Amino acid sequence: MKKYINDLTVCSNRQLSDDYFILGLTSSDVLPEMLPGQFAEIKVDNNPNVFLRRPISIHDVDYTNNVLYVLVKIVGQGTQSLSTLKVNDTVNLVYPLGNTFNMDGVTNVILAGGGCGIAPMLYLARHLHQKKIKTTILLGGRTTIDILESEEFKKYGDVFVSTDDGSMGEKGFITNNSIMKQLSSFQRLYCCGPLPMMKVFAAIAKQQQVDCEVSLENTMACGIGACLCCVTETDKGNKCVCTEGPVFNINQLKWQI
Amino acid sequence: MADLKVKIGALEFKNPVLTASGTFGYGPEFEDFLNIDSLGGIIVKGTTLEARQGNAYPRMAETPAGMLNAVGLQNKGVDAFINDIYSKIKHYNTHIIVNVSGSKLEDYITVVEKLNDLDQIPAIELNISCPNVKQGGMAFGTSCASATEVTKAVRAAYHKTLIVKLSPNVTSIAEIAKAVEDVGADSVSLINTVLGMAIDAESRRPVLSTITGGLSGPCVKPIALRMVWQVSQAVKIPVIGLGGIMNVTDAVEFLLAGATAIQVGTANFIDPAISEKIVHQLDAYCDNHRIRAVKELIGGLIV
Repeated sequence: MKKYINDLTVCSNRQLSDDYFILGLTSSDVLPEMLPGQFAEIKVDNNPNVFLRRPISIHDVDYTNNVLYVLVKIVGQGTQSLSTLKVNDTVNLVYPLGNTFNMDGVTNVILAGGGCGIAPMLYLARHLHQKKIKTTILLGGRTTIDILESEEFKKYGDVFVSTDDGSMGEKGFITNNSIMKQLSSFQRLYCCGPLPMMKVFAAIAKQQQVDCEVSLENTMACGIGACLCCVTETDKGNKCVCTEGPVFNINQLKWQI
Repeated sequence: MADLKVKIGALEFKNPVLTASGTFGYGPEFEDFLNIDSLGGIIVKGTTLEARQGNAYPRMAETPAGMLNAVGLQNKGVDAFINDIYSKIKHYNTHIIVNVSGSKLEDYITVVEKLNDLDQIPAIELNISCPNVKQGGMAFGTSCASATEVTKAVRAAYHKTLIVKLSPNVTSIAEIAKAVEDVGADSVSLINTVLGMAIDAESRRPVLSTITGGLSGPCVKPIALRMVWQVSQAVKIPVIGLGGIMNVTDAVEFLLAGATAIQVGTANFIDPAISEKIVHQLDAYCDNHRIRAVKELIGGLIV
Protein backbone atom coordinates (compact mmCIF):
# COMPACT_ATOMS: atom_id res chain seq x y z
CA MET A 1 0.00 0.00 0.00
CA LYS A 2 1.27 3.44 -0.84
CA LYS A 3 2.27 5.55 2.14
CA TYR A 4 1.78 9.29 2.33
CA ILE A 5 3.20 12.23 4.19
CA ASN A 6 0.39 14.75 4.46
CA ASP A 7 -0.76 17.75 6.44
CA LEU A 8 -4.25 17.07 7.79
CA THR A 9 -6.60 19.52 9.44
CA VAL A 10 -8.05 18.95 12.89
CA CYS A 11 -11.86 18.98 12.57
CA SER A 12 -12.66 17.76 16.08
CA ASN A 13 -10.93 17.12 19.39
CA ARG A 14 -13.23 15.29 21.77
CA GLN A 15 -11.97 14.84 25.33
CA LEU A 16 -13.30 11.53 26.65
CA SER A 17 -11.78 12.12 30.11
CA ASP A 18 -8.60 13.57 31.61
CA ASP A 19 -6.64 10.70 30.06
CA TYR A 20 -8.21 10.07 26.65
CA PHE A 21 -9.19 12.10 23.60
CA ILE A 22 -10.26 11.45 20.02
CA LEU A 23 -8.93 13.64 17.21
CA GLY A 24 -10.85 13.95 13.97
CA LEU A 25 -8.56 14.76 11.04
CA THR A 26 -9.64 15.76 7.57
CA SER A 27 -8.13 16.92 4.31
CA SER A 28 -9.11 18.75 1.15
CA ASP A 29 -7.85 15.64 -0.65
CA VAL A 30 -9.65 12.31 -0.44
CA LEU A 31 -8.11 10.27 2.39
CA PRO A 32 -6.26 7.15 1.26
CA GLU A 33 -7.55 3.65 1.94
CA MET A 34 -6.65 2.55 5.46
CA LEU A 35 -6.99 -0.91 6.98
CA PRO A 36 -7.86 -1.95 10.54
CA GLY A 37 -4.71 -2.33 12.62
CA GLN A 38 -2.75 0.25 10.67
CA PHE A 39 -1.35 3.36 12.30
CA ALA A 40 -0.10 6.86 11.60
CA GLU A 41 3.15 8.50 12.68
CA ILE A 42 1.98 11.89 13.93
CA LYS A 43 4.37 14.82 14.16
CA VAL A 44 4.24 16.84 17.34
CA ASP A 45 4.96 20.43 16.39
CA ASN A 46 4.07 22.42 19.43
CA ASN A 47 6.55 20.99 21.93
CA PRO A 48 10.32 21.43 21.60
CA ASN A 49 10.91 18.55 24.04
CA VAL A 50 9.32 16.08 21.64
CA PHE A 51 11.66 14.99 18.86
CA LEU A 52 10.15 11.90 17.27
CA ARG A 53 6.75 11.33 15.73
CA ARG A 54 4.20 9.41 17.78
CA PRO A 55 2.78 6.16 16.37
CA ILE A 56 -1.00 6.19 16.89
CA SER A 57 -3.56 3.57 15.80
CA ILE A 58 -6.21 4.37 13.27
CA HIS A 59 -9.38 4.29 15.37
CA ASP A 60 -11.97 4.76 12.67
CA VAL A 61 -12.38 6.24 9.20
CA ASP A 62 -15.52 7.98 8.00
CA TYR A 63 -15.04 7.96 4.23
CA THR A 64 -18.40 9.68 3.66
CA ASN A 65 -17.21 12.77 5.47
CA ASN A 66 -13.50 12.20 4.73
CA VAL A 67 -12.49 12.06 8.40
CA LEU A 68 -9.83 9.91 10.07
CA TYR A 69 -10.19 9.38 13.83
CA VAL A 70 -7.37 8.59 16.23
CA LEU A 71 -7.97 7.72 19.88
CA VAL A 72 -5.09 8.78 22.09
CA LYS A 73 -4.19 8.19 25.72
CA ILE A 74 -2.12 10.92 27.34
CA VAL A 75 0.98 9.09 28.54
CA GLY A 76 3.76 11.64 28.06
CA GLN A 77 4.72 14.96 26.58
CA GLY A 78 4.01 13.97 22.97
CA THR A 79 0.46 12.80 23.56
CA GLN A 80 -0.11 15.70 25.99
CA SER A 81 0.82 18.13 23.22
CA LEU A 82 -1.44 16.39 20.72
CA SER A 83 -4.32 16.72 23.21
CA THR A 84 -4.09 20.52 22.97
CA LEU A 85 -4.71 20.59 19.20
CA LYS A 86 -7.66 22.73 18.24
CA VAL A 87 -10.11 22.67 15.34
CA ASN A 88 -8.41 24.00 12.16
CA ASP A 89 -4.90 23.28 13.47
CA THR A 90 -2.67 21.43 11.03
CA VAL A 91 -0.99 18.18 11.93
CA ASN A 92 1.46 16.20 9.80
CA LEU A 93 1.00 12.45 9.35
CA VAL A 94 3.02 9.68 7.75
CA TYR A 95 0.39 7.03 7.03
CA PRO A 96 -1.10 4.49 6.63
CA LEU A 97 1.59 2.26 8.15
CA GLY A 98 1.81 -1.38 9.12
CA ASN A 99 -0.21 -4.47 8.30
CA THR A 100 -3.78 -5.45 9.13
CA PHE A 101 -5.70 -8.13 10.97
CA ASN A 102 -6.49 -11.39 9.22
CA MET A 103 -10.26 -11.39 8.64
CA ASP A 104 -10.31 -14.45 6.38
CA GLY A 105 -11.75 -17.88 7.14
CA VAL A 106 -13.90 -16.92 10.12
CA THR A 107 -17.61 -16.42 10.82
CA ASN A 108 -17.60 -15.82 14.58
CA VAL A 109 -14.87 -13.87 16.38
CA ILE A 110 -14.15 -12.02 19.61
CA LEU A 111 -12.28 -8.72 20.02
CA ALA A 112 -10.61 -7.83 23.31
CA GLY A 113 -9.29 -4.37 24.12
CA GLY A 114 -7.71 -3.25 27.37
CA GLY A 115 -7.89 0.51 28.03
CA CYS A 116 -6.50 2.39 25.06
CA GLY A 117 -6.00 -0.99 23.39
CA ILE A 118 -9.48 -0.62 21.97
CA ALA A 119 -8.09 2.07 19.64
CA PRO A 120 -7.63 -0.19 16.58
CA MET A 121 -10.59 -2.41 17.51
CA LEU A 122 -13.45 -0.12 16.51
CA TYR A 123 -12.30 0.06 12.88
CA LEU A 124 -11.75 -3.71 12.96
CA ALA A 125 -15.28 -4.24 14.32
CA ARG A 126 -16.67 -2.05 11.53
CA HIS A 127 -14.89 -4.15 8.89
CA LEU A 128 -15.93 -7.47 10.47
CA HIS A 129 -19.53 -6.26 10.61
CA GLN A 130 -19.38 -5.27 6.92
CA LYS A 131 -18.08 -8.74 6.13
CA LYS A 132 -21.05 -10.19 8.08
CA ILE A 133 -18.72 -11.89 10.55
CA LYS A 134 -20.40 -12.30 13.94
CA THR A 135 -18.45 -10.13 16.33
CA THR A 136 -18.34 -10.10 20.12
CA ILE A 137 -16.46 -7.33 21.91
CA LEU A 138 -14.77 -7.50 25.29
CA LEU A 139 -13.61 -4.25 26.87
CA GLY A 140 -11.54 -3.90 30.02
CA GLY A 141 -9.90 -1.27 32.18
CA ARG A 142 -9.08 -0.25 35.72
CA THR A 143 -12.28 1.73 36.18
CA THR A 144 -15.26 3.18 34.29
CA ILE A 145 -13.32 6.00 32.58
CA ASP A 146 -11.00 3.43 31.01
CA ILE A 147 -13.93 1.76 29.21
CA LEU A 148 -13.98 3.64 25.95
CA GLU A 149 -16.44 3.83 23.08
CA SER A 150 -18.67 1.04 24.43
CA GLU A 151 -21.76 2.58 22.78
CA GLU A 152 -19.98 2.68 19.41
CA PHE A 153 -18.99 -0.97 19.75
CA LYS A 154 -22.60 -1.97 20.42
CA LYS A 155 -23.35 -1.13 16.76
CA TYR A 156 -21.23 -4.09 15.73
CA GLY A 157 -21.92 -6.81 18.27
CA ASP A 158 -22.53 -7.86 21.86
CA VAL A 159 -20.30 -5.96 24.30
CA PHE A 160 -18.89 -7.43 27.53
CA VAL A 161 -17.11 -5.27 30.08
CA SER A 162 -14.72 -5.88 32.97
CA THR A 163 -13.26 -3.30 35.33
CA ASP A 164 -10.66 -3.98 38.01
CA ASP A 165 -12.77 -2.10 40.58
CA GLY A 166 -16.16 -3.37 39.41
CA SER A 167 -17.42 0.17 38.67
CA MET A 168 -18.65 -1.01 35.27
CA GLY A 169 -19.46 -4.54 34.05
CA GLU A 170 -17.90 -7.47 35.86
CA LYS A 171 -15.37 -6.93 38.63
CA GLY A 172 -11.92 -8.31 37.83
CA PHE A 173 -9.40 -8.59 35.06
CA ILE A 174 -10.61 -8.52 31.46
CA THR A 175 -8.99 -11.93 30.95
CA ASN A 176 -11.36 -13.40 33.60
CA ASN A 177 -14.57 -12.03 32.06
CA SER A 178 -17.31 -14.70 31.95
CA ILE A 179 -17.40 -14.58 28.13
CA MET A 180 -13.90 -16.09 28.21
CA LYS A 181 -15.51 -19.36 29.38
CA GLN A 182 -16.94 -19.59 25.86
CA LEU A 183 -13.69 -18.71 24.12
CA SER A 184 -13.54 -22.04 22.29
CA SER A 185 -16.82 -21.17 20.54
CA PHE A 186 -15.00 -18.36 18.68
CA GLN A 187 -12.75 -18.96 15.70
CA ARG A 188 -10.35 -16.13 16.40
CA LEU A 189 -9.43 -13.77 19.23
CA TYR A 190 -8.09 -10.34 18.30
CA CYS A 191 -6.48 -8.46 21.11
CA CYS A 192 -4.75 -5.19 21.89
CA GLY A 193 -3.71 -3.60 25.17
CA PRO A 194 -0.95 -3.81 27.77
CA LEU A 195 1.63 -6.51 27.07
CA PRO A 196 0.93 -8.59 30.23
CA MET A 197 -2.78 -8.64 29.33
CA MET A 198 -2.09 -9.73 25.77
CA LYS A 199 0.19 -12.50 26.99
CA VAL A 200 -2.55 -13.87 29.27
CA PHE A 201 -5.04 -13.80 26.40
CA ALA A 202 -2.48 -15.47 24.15
CA ALA A 203 -1.85 -18.21 26.70
CA ILE A 204 -5.57 -18.94 27.11
CA ALA A 205 -6.13 -18.91 23.34
CA LYS A 206 -3.18 -21.22 22.77
CA GLN A 207 -4.40 -23.63 25.44
CA GLN A 208 -7.89 -23.70 23.93
CA GLN A 209 -6.54 -23.85 20.37
CA VAL A 210 -8.26 -20.64 19.32
CA ASP A 211 -6.46 -18.63 16.67
CA CYS A 212 -5.19 -15.38 18.19
CA GLU A 213 -3.83 -12.13 16.78
CA VAL A 214 -2.30 -9.39 18.89
CA SER A 215 -1.45 -5.79 18.01
CA LEU A 216 1.88 -4.67 19.50
CA GLU A 217 2.90 -1.13 20.35
CA ASN A 218 6.70 -1.22 20.63
CA THR A 219 8.46 2.12 20.85
CA MET A 220 9.58 3.16 17.40
CA ALA A 221 11.28 5.99 15.57
CA CYS A 222 10.67 5.96 11.81
CA GLY A 223 7.56 3.77 11.40
CA ILE A 224 8.65 2.67 7.91
CA GLY A 225 11.18 -0.09 8.55
CA ALA A 226 14.33 2.01 8.30
CA CYS A 227 15.60 2.44 11.86
CA LEU A 228 15.04 -1.16 13.06
CA CYS A 229 14.30 0.05 16.60
CA CYS A 230 10.83 -1.45 17.15
CA VAL A 231 11.67 -5.12 16.62
CA THR A 232 10.00 -8.09 18.24
CA GLU A 233 11.35 -11.64 18.23
CA THR A 234 9.52 -13.92 15.82
CA ASP A 235 9.95 -17.41 14.44
CA LYS A 236 11.78 -15.76 11.53
CA GLY A 237 14.10 -13.60 13.66
CA ASN A 238 13.72 -9.99 14.74
CA LYS A 239 10.97 -8.27 12.77
CA CYS A 240 9.97 -4.61 12.72
CA VAL A 241 6.62 -4.04 14.44
CA CYS A 242 6.10 -1.02 12.16
CA THR A 243 6.24 -2.93 8.86
CA GLU A 244 5.82 -6.65 9.62
CA GLY A 245 3.28 -5.78 12.33
CA PRO A 246 1.82 -4.23 14.37
CA VAL A 247 -0.50 -7.25 14.11
CA PHE A 248 1.08 -10.66 14.70
CA ASN A 249 -0.41 -14.09 15.07
CA ILE A 250 0.75 -15.41 18.43
CA ASN A 251 2.25 -18.43 16.63
CA GLN A 252 4.77 -16.07 15.03
CA LEU A 253 5.94 -14.63 18.36
CA LYS A 254 8.55 -16.03 20.71
CA TRP A 255 6.40 -15.41 23.77
CA GLN A 256 6.91 -17.75 26.72
CA ILE A 257 3.26 -18.73 27.11
CA MET B 1 20.37 26.49 -11.01
CA ALA B 2 23.68 26.27 -9.21
CA ASP B 3 26.28 23.64 -9.98
CA LEU B 4 25.84 21.19 -7.10
CA LYS B 5 28.42 18.62 -8.20
CA VAL B 6 31.14 17.53 -5.78
CA LYS B 7 33.92 14.94 -5.97
CA ILE B 8 34.98 12.38 -3.40
CA GLY B 9 38.17 10.76 -4.62
CA ALA B 10 37.59 9.86 -8.25
CA LEU B 11 33.85 9.73 -7.79
CA GLU B 12 31.62 12.60 -8.86
CA PHE B 13 28.31 13.16 -7.07
CA LYS B 14 25.46 15.10 -8.69
CA ASN B 15 25.02 16.94 -5.40
CA PRO B 16 26.53 16.73 -1.91
CA VAL B 17 23.43 15.33 -0.16
CA LEU B 18 23.70 11.67 0.85
CA THR B 19 21.65 9.62 3.28
CA ALA B 20 23.36 8.12 6.31
CA SER B 21 23.73 4.41 6.86
CA GLY B 22 21.15 2.88 9.19
CA THR B 23 18.66 5.68 8.65
CA PHE B 24 17.52 5.00 5.10
CA GLY B 25 17.21 1.23 4.87
CA TYR B 26 18.24 0.27 1.34
CA GLY B 27 16.17 2.95 -0.39
CA PRO B 28 12.85 1.21 -1.22
CA GLU B 29 11.53 2.09 2.25
CA PHE B 30 11.53 5.75 1.12
CA GLU B 31 10.29 5.44 -2.46
CA ASP B 32 6.76 6.57 -1.54
CA PHE B 33 8.11 9.82 -0.12
CA LEU B 34 10.82 11.08 -2.44
CA ASN B 35 12.68 10.58 -5.70
CA ILE B 36 15.82 8.68 -4.71
CA ASP B 37 17.50 9.64 -7.99
CA SER B 38 17.44 13.27 -6.84
CA LEU B 39 19.99 12.49 -4.12
CA GLY B 40 23.75 12.64 -4.42
CA GLY B 41 23.94 9.15 -3.01
CA ILE B 42 22.55 6.70 -0.50
CA ILE B 43 24.55 4.76 2.04
CA VAL B 44 22.79 1.53 2.80
CA LYS B 45 22.45 -0.25 6.11
CA GLY B 46 25.63 -1.53 7.80
CA THR B 47 26.44 -4.86 6.17
CA THR B 48 28.44 -7.66 7.78
CA LEU B 49 29.76 -10.98 6.51
CA GLU B 50 27.22 -13.10 8.38
CA ALA B 51 23.60 -12.20 9.14
CA ARG B 52 23.19 -10.43 12.49
CA GLN B 53 20.05 -10.41 14.64
CA GLY B 54 21.11 -7.19 16.37
CA ASN B 55 20.49 -6.37 20.01
CA ALA B 56 17.42 -7.16 22.10
CA TYR B 57 14.48 -4.76 22.35
CA PRO B 58 14.32 -2.00 23.65
CA ARG B 59 16.75 -0.45 21.21
CA MET B 60 15.70 3.17 21.23
CA ALA B 61 15.22 6.05 23.66
CA GLU B 62 14.08 9.52 22.71
CA THR B 63 16.19 12.33 24.17
CA PRO B 64 15.89 16.10 24.08
CA ALA B 65 16.57 16.98 20.41
CA GLY B 66 17.63 13.49 19.50
CA MET B 67 17.55 9.79 20.15
CA LEU B 68 19.69 6.93 21.39
CA ASN B 69 19.79 3.71 19.46
CA ALA B 70 21.24 0.29 20.15
CA VAL B 71 20.22 -1.59 17.02
CA GLY B 72 23.51 -3.48 16.85
CA LEU B 73 23.94 -3.85 13.09
CA GLN B 74 20.92 -6.04 12.43
CA ASN B 75 21.29 -7.09 8.79
CA LYS B 76 20.97 -10.19 6.63
CA GLY B 77 24.66 -10.37 5.70
CA VAL B 78 26.55 -9.49 2.54
CA ASP B 79 25.41 -12.50 0.50
CA ALA B 80 21.73 -11.67 1.11
CA PHE B 81 22.51 -8.08 0.13
CA ILE B 82 24.09 -9.21 -3.13
CA ASN B 83 21.47 -11.87 -3.96
CA ASP B 84 18.22 -10.30 -2.74
CA ILE B 85 18.60 -6.55 -2.33
CA TYR B 86 21.15 -5.37 -4.89
CA SER B 87 18.97 -6.32 -7.88
CA LYS B 88 16.10 -4.24 -6.48
CA ILE B 89 18.15 -1.07 -6.06
CA LYS B 90 20.87 -1.16 -8.73
CA HIS B 91 18.65 0.76 -11.16
CA TYR B 92 18.79 3.87 -8.97
CA ASN B 93 20.39 6.76 -10.79
CA THR B 94 22.41 7.76 -7.75
CA HIS B 95 25.52 6.43 -6.09
CA ILE B 96 24.78 3.45 -3.87
CA ILE B 97 27.41 3.10 -1.18
CA VAL B 98 27.56 0.08 1.12
CA ASN B 99 28.47 0.61 4.75
CA VAL B 100 30.73 -2.30 5.69
CA SER B 101 30.92 -3.43 9.30
CA GLY B 102 32.63 -6.29 11.02
CA SER B 103 34.02 -7.70 14.20
CA LYS B 104 37.12 -9.33 12.68
CA LEU B 105 39.62 -8.00 10.18
CA GLU B 106 39.18 -11.03 7.93
CA ASP B 107 35.42 -10.43 7.82
CA TYR B 108 35.89 -6.88 6.52
CA ILE B 109 38.20 -8.21 3.81
CA THR B 110 35.81 -10.96 2.71
CA VAL B 111 32.91 -8.50 2.51
CA VAL B 112 34.76 -5.89 0.46
CA GLU B 113 36.12 -8.54 -1.91
CA LYS B 114 32.54 -9.57 -2.64
CA LEU B 115 31.49 -5.93 -3.13
CA ASN B 116 34.32 -5.29 -5.61
CA ASP B 117 32.32 -7.20 -8.21
CA LEU B 118 29.15 -5.11 -8.02
CA ASP B 119 29.16 -2.63 -10.90
CA GLN B 120 26.63 -0.29 -9.35
CA ILE B 121 28.44 0.03 -6.02
CA PRO B 122 31.16 2.63 -6.69
CA ALA B 123 32.25 3.08 -3.07
CA ILE B 124 32.12 1.64 0.40
CA GLU B 125 31.92 3.33 3.75
CA LEU B 126 34.11 1.38 6.15
CA ASN B 127 32.41 1.43 9.53
CA ILE B 128 35.02 1.36 12.29
CA SER B 129 32.80 3.34 14.60
CA CYS B 130 29.65 1.42 15.53
CA PRO B 131 29.23 1.75 19.31
CA ASN B 132 26.59 -0.97 19.52
CA VAL B 133 28.48 -4.19 18.89
CA LYS B 134 30.41 -6.04 21.54
CA GLN B 135 33.40 -6.96 19.42
CA GLY B 136 35.07 -4.94 16.71
CA GLY B 137 33.01 -2.01 15.47
CA MET B 138 34.06 1.05 17.37
CA ALA B 139 37.05 -0.74 18.89
CA PHE B 140 38.71 -0.56 15.45
CA GLY B 141 38.13 3.16 15.23
CA THR B 142 39.24 4.35 18.63
CA SER B 143 42.98 3.89 18.29
CA CYS B 144 45.24 5.01 15.47
CA ALA B 145 46.95 1.63 15.35
CA SER B 146 43.79 -0.44 14.86
CA ALA B 147 42.18 2.13 12.52
CA THR B 148 45.35 2.04 10.43
CA GLU B 149 45.47 -1.75 10.42
CA VAL B 150 41.90 -2.27 9.21
CA THR B 151 41.98 0.59 6.69
CA LYS B 152 45.29 -0.61 5.23
CA ALA B 153 43.99 -4.16 4.82
CA VAL B 154 40.70 -3.04 3.29
CA ARG B 155 42.53 -0.61 0.98
CA ALA B 156 44.59 -3.50 -0.36
CA ALA B 157 41.48 -5.60 -0.97
CA TYR B 158 39.03 -2.97 -2.28
CA HIS B 159 39.59 -1.30 -5.62
CA LYS B 160 37.06 1.51 -5.66
CA THR B 161 36.38 4.60 -3.54
CA LEU B 162 37.03 3.97 0.14
CA ILE B 163 35.36 6.18 2.73
CA VAL B 164 36.16 5.51 6.39
CA LYS B 165 33.46 6.41 8.93
CA LEU B 166 34.94 7.77 12.12
CA SER B 167 33.82 7.60 15.72
CA PRO B 168 33.49 10.75 17.83
CA ASN B 169 34.20 8.69 20.94
CA VAL B 170 37.93 9.39 20.82
CA THR B 171 40.38 11.90 22.27
CA SER B 172 41.54 13.23 18.92
CA ILE B 173 39.44 12.47 15.86
CA ALA B 174 41.87 14.45 13.69
CA GLU B 175 44.68 12.01 14.54
CA ILE B 176 42.55 9.02 13.53
CA ALA B 177 41.54 10.78 10.32
CA LYS B 178 45.19 11.48 9.53
CA ALA B 179 46.09 7.88 10.26
CA VAL B 180 43.52 6.45 7.82
CA GLU B 181 44.41 9.04 5.19
CA ASP B 182 48.04 7.92 5.40
CA VAL B 183 47.09 4.33 4.53
CA GLY B 184 44.95 5.15 1.54
CA ALA B 185 41.45 6.18 2.57
CA ASP B 186 39.89 8.32 -0.17
CA SER B 187 37.62 10.14 2.27
CA VAL B 188 36.47 10.16 5.87
CA SER B 189 32.89 10.53 7.04
CA LEU B 190 32.05 11.80 10.50
CA ILE B 191 30.54 11.59 12.99
CA ASN B 192 29.05 8.23 13.89
CA THR B 193 26.88 8.34 17.01
CA VAL B 194 28.05 9.62 20.36
CA LEU B 195 28.05 7.01 23.12
CA GLY B 196 25.35 7.80 25.66
CA MET B 197 22.74 6.26 27.94
CA ALA B 198 19.24 6.73 29.28
CA ILE B 199 17.84 5.72 32.68
CA ASP B 200 14.24 5.22 33.77
CA ALA B 201 14.01 6.90 37.16
CA GLU B 202 10.83 4.97 38.05
CA SER B 203 12.12 1.47 37.40
CA ARG B 204 15.77 2.42 38.17
CA ARG B 205 16.74 0.50 35.06
CA PRO B 206 18.50 1.49 31.85
CA VAL B 207 16.07 2.21 29.01
CA LEU B 208 18.16 0.35 26.41
CA SER B 209 18.72 -3.41 26.55
CA THR B 210 22.43 -2.76 26.02
CA ILE B 211 22.56 -0.07 28.76
CA THR B 212 24.51 2.31 26.50
CA GLY B 213 23.72 3.35 22.95
CA GLY B 214 24.52 5.82 20.20
CA LEU B 215 23.19 9.37 20.40
CA SER B 216 22.12 11.13 17.20
CA GLY B 217 20.02 14.06 16.09
CA PRO B 218 20.35 17.83 16.47
CA CYS B 219 21.75 17.43 20.00
CA VAL B 220 25.04 16.15 18.53
CA LYS B 221 25.31 18.73 15.76
CA PRO B 222 27.70 21.13 17.57
CA ILE B 223 30.04 18.22 18.34
CA ALA B 224 29.88 17.03 14.74
CA LEU B 225 30.52 20.52 13.33
CA ARG B 226 33.54 20.97 15.58
CA MET B 227 34.96 17.60 14.57
CA VAL B 228 34.36 18.16 10.85
CA TRP B 229 36.14 21.49 11.14
CA GLN B 230 39.10 19.97 13.01
CA VAL B 231 39.41 17.00 10.65
CA SER B 232 39.15 19.08 7.51
CA GLN B 233 42.07 21.19 8.78
CA ALA B 234 44.11 18.06 9.43
CA VAL B 235 43.64 16.03 6.22
CA LYS B 236 43.82 16.65 2.47
CA ILE B 237 41.19 14.05 1.50
CA PRO B 238 37.55 15.15 1.30
CA VAL B 239 35.49 15.02 4.48
CA ILE B 240 31.84 13.94 4.54
CA GLY B 241 29.98 15.60 7.41
CA LEU B 242 27.05 14.25 9.35
CA GLY B 243 25.48 14.58 12.76
CA GLY B 244 22.09 16.15 13.39
CA ILE B 245 21.51 17.68 9.96
CA MET B 246 17.80 18.49 9.89
CA ASN B 247 17.59 21.16 7.16
CA VAL B 248 19.51 23.05 4.51
CA THR B 249 20.96 25.54 6.98
CA ASP B 250 22.56 22.70 8.92
CA ALA B 251 23.89 21.26 5.65
CA VAL B 252 25.46 24.58 4.65
CA GLU B 253 27.09 24.88 8.09
CA PHE B 254 28.82 21.53 7.57
CA LEU B 255 30.04 22.57 4.12
CA LEU B 256 31.41 25.80 5.57
CA ALA B 257 33.15 23.80 8.30
CA GLY B 258 35.00 21.93 5.57
CA ALA B 259 32.78 19.05 4.47
CA THR B 260 32.70 18.28 0.75
CA ALA B 261 29.44 16.36 1.12
CA ILE B 262 26.94 15.75 3.91
CA GLN B 263 24.76 12.91 5.11
CA VAL B 264 21.22 13.23 6.36
CA GLY B 265 20.55 10.68 9.10
CA THR B 266 18.12 10.82 11.99
CA ALA B 267 16.10 13.53 10.18
CA ASN B 268 14.88 10.79 7.81
CA PHE B 269 12.89 9.37 10.73
CA ILE B 270 11.03 12.63 11.30
CA ASP B 271 10.49 13.61 7.68
CA PRO B 272 11.10 10.79 5.19
CA ALA B 273 11.19 13.35 2.36
CA ILE B 274 13.75 15.66 3.98
CA SER B 275 16.85 14.57 2.03
CA GLU B 276 15.36 15.52 -1.34
CA LYS B 277 14.06 18.78 0.15
CA ILE B 278 17.60 19.62 1.27
CA VAL B 279 18.86 19.09 -2.30
CA HIS B 280 16.32 21.58 -3.67
CA GLN B 281 16.84 24.03 -0.83
CA LEU B 282 20.61 23.90 -1.28
CA ASP B 283 20.12 24.87 -4.90
CA ALA B 284 17.90 27.75 -3.79
CA TYR B 285 20.41 28.77 -1.11
CA CYS B 286 23.16 29.00 -3.73
CA ASP B 287 20.96 31.03 -6.06
CA ASN B 288 19.93 33.38 -3.26
CA HIS B 289 23.55 33.91 -2.26
CA ARG B 290 24.77 34.18 -5.85
CA ILE B 291 26.91 31.11 -5.54
CA ARG B 292 27.48 29.47 -8.90
CA ALA B 293 28.91 26.20 -7.59
CA VAL B 294 28.27 24.58 -4.25
CA LYS B 295 32.01 23.77 -4.10
CA GLU B 296 32.56 27.45 -3.26
CA LEU B 297 30.98 26.82 0.13
CA ILE B 298 33.37 24.02 1.14
CA GLY B 299 35.61 25.23 3.93
CA GLY B 300 34.25 28.73 3.46
CA LEU B 301 34.15 29.47 7.15
CA ILE B 302 35.33 33.00 7.88
CA VAL B 303 37.45 33.13 11.04
